[in-house]
Amino acid sequence: MPGVHRISLEVNGVAHELQVGSTETLAELLRQRLSLTGTKIGCDGGTCGACAVLVDGVLRNSCLTLAALVDGAKITTIEGLADGEKLHPLQQSFVENGAIQCGFCTPGMVLSAVALLAESPAASESEIREAISGNICRCTGYVKIIKAIKQVAQAQEKP
Amino acid sequence: MSDFGVVGKSIPQLGSLEKVTGKALYTDDLPFENLHYALILRSPQAHARIVSIDCARAVALPGVTAVITGADYQTTFGVLPISYDETALAVDRVRHVGEGVAAVAAETLDIARQALDLIDVVYEQLPEHFDPEAGKSRVACQIHAHSKDGSNIHKEVNLCFGDMESAQQATVYEAGGEFEFPAVTHGFLEPHSTVAQWSQAGDELTVWSATQVPFYLRRQLARIFEMEQEKVRVIKPYVGGGFGGKSDPFPHEVVVAALSRKSGKPVKITFTREEVFISHHARHPSVIKMRLGADKEGKFTFLDLDATINGGAFGSFGVVTTYYNGVLTQGPYRIDNFRYRGQRIYTNFPPSGAMRGHGAVNTRFVKECLIDEIAEKMGIDPCDFRLQNLLSENTLTATQFRITSNGMKEAIERVRKASGWDQRIGRLPAGHGLGVACSFFISGSALTINRDDPQSIVRTVKEEDGCFTVYSGASDIGQGSDTVLAQVTAEVLGVPLEKVRIISADTGRCPIDIGSYSSRVTFMAGEAARLAAVNLKESLSRGDGNVGVGEYISPKLGGTYKGAGAGLSPSYSFGASVVEVKVDQETGFIKIVKIWLAHDCGKALNPQAVEGQLEGSVHMGLGQFISEALHFQGGTIANANFLDYKMVLSTDVPEIEAIIVESNDPEGPFGAKECGEGALHPVIPAAANAVYNAVGVRLRKLPAAPDFVLSELKRVKRS
Ligand code: FES
Ligand code: FES
Repeated sequence: MPGVHRISLEVNGVAHELQVGSTETLAELLRQRLSLTGTKIGCDGGTCGACAVLVDGVLRNSCLTLAALVDGAKITTIEGLADGEKLHPLQQSFVENGAIQCGFCTPGMVLSAVALLAESPAASESEIREAISGNICRCTGYVKIIKAIKQVAQAQEKP
Repeated sequence: MSDFGVVGKSIPQLGSLEKVTGKALYTDDLPFENLHYALILRSPQAHARIVSIDCARAVALPGVTAVITGADYQTTFGVLPISYDETALAVDRVRHVGEGVAAVAAETLDIARQALDLIDVVYEQLPEHFDPEAGKSRVACQIHAHSKDGSNIHKEVNLCFGDMESAQQATVYEAGGEFEFPAVTHGFLEPHSTVAQWSQAGDELTVWSATQVPFYLRRQLARIFEMEQEKVRVIKPYVGGGFGGKSDPFPHEVVVAALSRKSGKPVKITFTREEVFISHHARHPSVIKMRLGADKEGKFTFLDLDATINGGAFGSFGVVTTYYNGVLTQGPYRIDNFRYRGQRIYTNFPPSGAMRGHGAVNTRFVKECLIDEIAEKMGIDPCDFRLQNLLSENTLTATQFRITSNGMKEAIERVRKASGWDQRIGRLPAGHGLGVACSFFISGSALTINRDDPQSIVRTVKEEDGCFTVYSGASDIGQGSDTVLAQVTAEVLGVPLEKVRIISADTGRCPIDIGSYSSRVTFMAGEAARLAAVNLKESLSRGDGNVGVGEYISPKLGGTYKGAGAGLSPSYSFGASVVEVKVDQETGFIKIVKIWLAHDCGKALNPQAVEGQLEGSVHMGLGQFISEALHFQGGTIANANFLDYKMVLSTDVPEIEAIIVESNDPEGPFGAKECGEGALHPVIPAAANAVYNAVGVRLRKLPAAPDFVLSELKRVKRS
């Protein structure tokens, strides 16, 4: 059938086989089909980072990513980051440092930080600022977000 | 103070765990069976008569379940009873680009989109009004017929205190000028979203909405659908920021309720980012003329202020804004002679409304810049000049505002010390500068918008499992009000925080709180929660019940002149900021090196959360200073997206040092007062004063974008 694609993908470790439309975005797929609403839509145009997820470990704005193009990919959303009850160190650090106010930027922000520290575990402050520059936060002034990420990066710095 | 158990401790906001794991449900995330989707057809015209609307083809489209136009719901509404001038959809006439004209509900968003394309609207263009100045006199085709004398004036305020004439005679130093401010917007990250659902019998309505004011929304929905307020239930899920932008009852909230009624289905609308921009009710653009005088000792003699405020197409909070532009400008200084004229003019721009720091940000900017100019003329340090003019504790202002706690002096001293002001001012390298400014803001309005509303009631119940449930109408919009209520309750009852549950912002379950705006929640809902816990504790010790109720009632305050209630607050916040800049004289680019901000929040119930408010305020103020402005082509916003509307990003935000000052307010819960709005005020003028200190340019317009700064630099060099 034209305009419909069959894809298989793994989201947070769970395999899915789905039929997706040609214009359907990954954000729509995650939020509407899989009820993974932790991925937020702030602009639907690639300008805010609220919808950021990891596609095969790479940070992507899911609002700009066509679902049909992630066939075979492994996706991590904010819901898949904690290990059961145990938060990911970045999640823990965001909570403890008061880096969360309204929380709408938080999922994308945390995943941005995850992607950064995967590449550069002991990232410097300027690398951190650069890495989250595609994620808009209107509440915190970024101060405590940067602090939260820095704390995790510094912990990794120590042997 | 060490005698507190929970209050005064830095703790993560309640809900942090849900937010950081993606479990927190915002309105657009809520699951509904058989949900239908709404879209609004918006006007491409700024001012036009609607000649005809033909919805027949849309109605006939399979999958469309309801179509409405302005004719269906003509009741006017708004946030202030004196300005009920909005309708769910335009009735006969559109007044700004983006105003809703028709709306559809359909089984899918795709079908709704197709349906919008099938609606034919014929417009007849009317004279468009974009210049507020011109709107002060008679115009061809008024925007609203209720403006006086054929003009577009929405509200005019004239106030005069003291004796302006002798004050001017005593004046030795004077500064004055005209300043211009563009429109800026809230920029909250969660777009507006609302779901409405009617009961089977069609006599009860439930609305889930991203709102700061569930009880105002309930009131308006009840009015429009002609129901008892008790039959309307408004629930606020998690909200992704508001900053004043979700503090009106909005047309789209009425629209989805109307579509849901007609279709018999739950109906949702979630705005696109562009829709958020074009329907915003944000900071009023304004032109401010001000003169400020001081006598030979350097005491302020008079303040003379004219504000022309661009209201856009509708009233919103504008009457209050018009007062605030004047009366909130006087503090934190003693100025006994004060004249103000404020005019809010309707124009064919999107409506202006309330935004963080409501009403006084632009006039504050002007005043703090003029203070800097006078200090220079006198050859006195601008910190010292401010210090010698401060209002004291426990005094009345010229407008008869009652000042109680006042940490202003400490705030100046703290930023002065932290920034190394005394060692560095005047000794900085070329192109570097330091500037200082102060703030003054309300902790909630003493008078309620609807006279019959109580301010805030909290009911706290001891449950059988030993936990305590706090029921409050207060709306946590990310600022952390739930956490404040829990901390206050735990403190009074002497229990750990984990024993306290919060149920809030659900008009069907919670007693009233009038909303999260005007920096009122910590002070008023916090105090109601404290009283509820105190009453519960007494009940429990007497053994006569397991419920405690607390109500916040503002003391009777203020003068008797017309408008005396505007700006009246049971407590005021104070603050000061020092900004350090480096200006590139080749490019006009301003680098913000560091910002110090000290804010008197009375008592920091949760220091980490207070810092968060201060840092967020600094960030938003900095944006207004350096880069934020809406650009219009005719009545259309040319930069209605996050790429072209430039907010400060992580790469550009400077180091921010937030300093908490605690003056222990006598009436706030455990001494607390506001910290979420006043803190924005001083940053903008402090930055401008720093630019002057750096390169000798007095900014009379915002934002201080490089091209503008460069042209000012050239102008200064020439003269
Ligand atoms: S929602 Fe995808 S970048 Fe904003
Ligand atoms: S916490 Fe609200 S946008 Fe970042």
